[in-house]
Amino acid sequence: MIQPLHACLILSSLLFCIGLAGVLARHNTILMLIGVELMLNAANVNFIAFWRYGAWAGQSAGVMFAIFSIAVAAAEIAVGLALVILIFRHVRTTSIDRVDGMKG
Amino acid sequence: MSISFIIISMIILLGAAAAVSFSNLIHCALSLAVAMVGLAMLYLHLGAEFVGFTQVLVYVGAVSIVVLFAILLTRPAPFSPGVHVPWHGRVTGILVAGLVAGMLVGAVLGTPLTSHVGQRVITVKQIGMELMTTYAAPLEIVGLLLTAALMGAVILAAPENGEKKP
Amino acid sequence: MNELFSEWVRRAVETLSEMLRNPDQAPVVGKAFIVSVFPEFLQGVVGAFISIAALISVFGGLFALLTLMERKGLGRIQNRPGPNRVGPFGILQPVADGLKMLTKEDIVPFRADAFLHFIAPVILVMMSLLTLAVIPYGRNMAPIELDSALLFFFAAGACTELAVFLAGWASRNKYSLLGAMRAIAQMISYELPLLLASFSAVLLVGSLSLVSIVDSQGGFMLGVLPKWNVLTPWGFVGFIIFMIGAFAESNRSPFDLPEAESELIAGHLTEYSGFKYALFFMAEYIGMLAISGLAVTLFLGGWHAPVPFLGWVPSYCWFFAKLLTLACFFIWVRATLPRLRADQLMALAWKCLIPLSFINLGVTVFWHYSAAWSFAMALPARWGIAFLALAVPYTFLARQLGTKKTFARRTYRFAE
Repeated sequence: MIQPLHACLILSSLLFCIGLAGVLARHNTILMLIGVELMLNAANVNFIAFWRYGAWAGQSAGVMFAIFSIAVAAAEIAVGLALVILIFRHVRTTSIDRVDGMKG
Repeated sequence: MSISFIIISMIILLGAAAAVSFSNLIHCALSLAVAMVGLAMLYLHLGAEFVGFTQVLVYVGAVSIVVLFAILLTRPAPFSPGVHVPWHGRVTGILVAGLVAGMLVGAVLGTPLTSHVGQRVITVKQIGMELMTTYAAPLEIVGLLLTAALMGAVILAAPENGEKKP
Repeated sequence: MNELFSEWVRRAVETLSEMLRNPDQAPVVGKAFIVSVFPEFLQGVVGAFISIAALISVFGGLFALLTLMERKGLGRIQNRPGPNRVGPFGILQPVADGLKMLTKEDIVPFRADAFLHFIAPVILVMMSLLTLAVIPYGRNMAPIELDSALLFFFAAGACTELAVFLAGWASRNKYSLLGAMRAIAQMISYELPLLLASFSAVLLVGSLSLVSIVDSQGGFMLGVLPKWNVLTPWGFVGFIIFMIGAFAESNRSPFDLPEAESELIAGHLTEYSGFKYALFFMAEYIGMLAISGLAVTLFLGGWHAPVPFLGWVPSYCWFFAKLLTLACFFIWVRATLPRLRADQLMALAWKCLIPLSFINLGVTVFWHYSAAWSFAMALPARWGIAFLALAVPYTFLARQLGTKKTFARRTYRFAE
């Protein structure tokens, strides 16, 4: 029987890898941002899991970290999507393959 | 590991997998919202009530909506040539992700960790006190970061002066 | 078996007499009795089910009553009788409406996303009902006592935005999509003043739990004036900002731009018919009741009686009396005010309400720290300073809103 902490960690690893697969395999910028969000949330799962099942009682660092991480992720997606919209206005596409105009 | 944990994990993983694999972008964003609701359920299941509700408020109420707006604002023109994605790119991505998954799961299973059982709760009051004392500096920095991100996003996405409307 | 039954009857009679002796706690006692009949492992589930059933039946009834009240009230205000054919004085009109909705054909547009088209009203009603779960309806009568109840309320409310988007997008209709986009822009903009206004109450009580916010408003000042938040300067301004936000959140007139029938047919509801349309209708009314309930809880003293000598009236009666008063206010406003223009709507939220609610938060802090003042004219001085701190910025903000704008000539483009 798997321990609850291990179960949470496996869940977060799988979530991370789904996000990674999304970033690597899809060529749409918005989808890549979604993948990044999933990876960030996998990290959050770890914070909460270690807070809940970790051995250090009476410490709230895990929850605090998750809250700050959510705030930073919100900032990240706002700026990221603004960039996507800006790029779209110039090249009329959101595909990552078409935005290679500065390739050396 | 209880039944509820398995159900919640299924919701999260299926939602996340759907979010990166649908071809319709709107469906992807909605699946992302499903995955986020699942994560909020997981946090509630683990006893982090405040984080769970914050997750729903931020991710379902704000982030998914912003993603949906971005998708609707960046629709390609009709009859534009479809993006041709080479199949080997896709396969390589999935292979790499699978390898990483295998390594991570192996590492987790190979690590002897003991789970603390028994209830652990954190009240809103505790979180507030911590934010105002131990984490006061990070809180200020996050506030600055969010303000900067808000202004940056507005300046980036706002149409430039004199730019013709499409 | 016989003994068990007689024991059960004895306890039932006891519970009933207890309920009659103390009507204030009757629902709590009754629920505890019904739960105690079931075996141990089922009690939690049964308790939850009783709460859910009570909530759905009470608010379903209120929904029916409100549709009738709205049609009657609108009729009276517009100098016509309103519905008066079904039953005496038309009081069975909600039944007729319900039957009509149930028997209508359910049309799904050919190009629509059938699954999302179906799931949108379900999510909307579900989330509206969820918001009801944390409101304290009477003494010891909050269905769930959460530590972060206010956050739960707004989190569940945030999900309704997604449901509105789903409805608009899945219909594959330009009016639906435009209506949904308008609705989301409006709801996101007005969520900020709503949250900021309610945070002033949270700031003073020091808790996100609605039960403790209501508890803090018990008692009377000088023996007559109830200690409701609305009777303080920050509470009064907060209540007004909250109500404006509440009108916008529930997409009610004068903020009903998302379903402005003269421009958008019916917004995100355009492609819905039959029972799905009825669900949207129900979600709108329940959302309106829920946010009024939150306003009652945060600013109007929750289930506390307004005057000391009426304290014997059961607490939930006061809650629902206040709730229905606010609902009547919603109807009155709907019949009175014209619809805003889209740019006025955004200017009101971002240029007036949000700065004002930030100032209001500052005034709340001042009110908290000046509570220790003990010189002779302390109370008038506090009121005066708070009034000035709110009234001066308000005049400037309101003046800047009213500037005469000139609009460029509109050019229309038609499809060739």
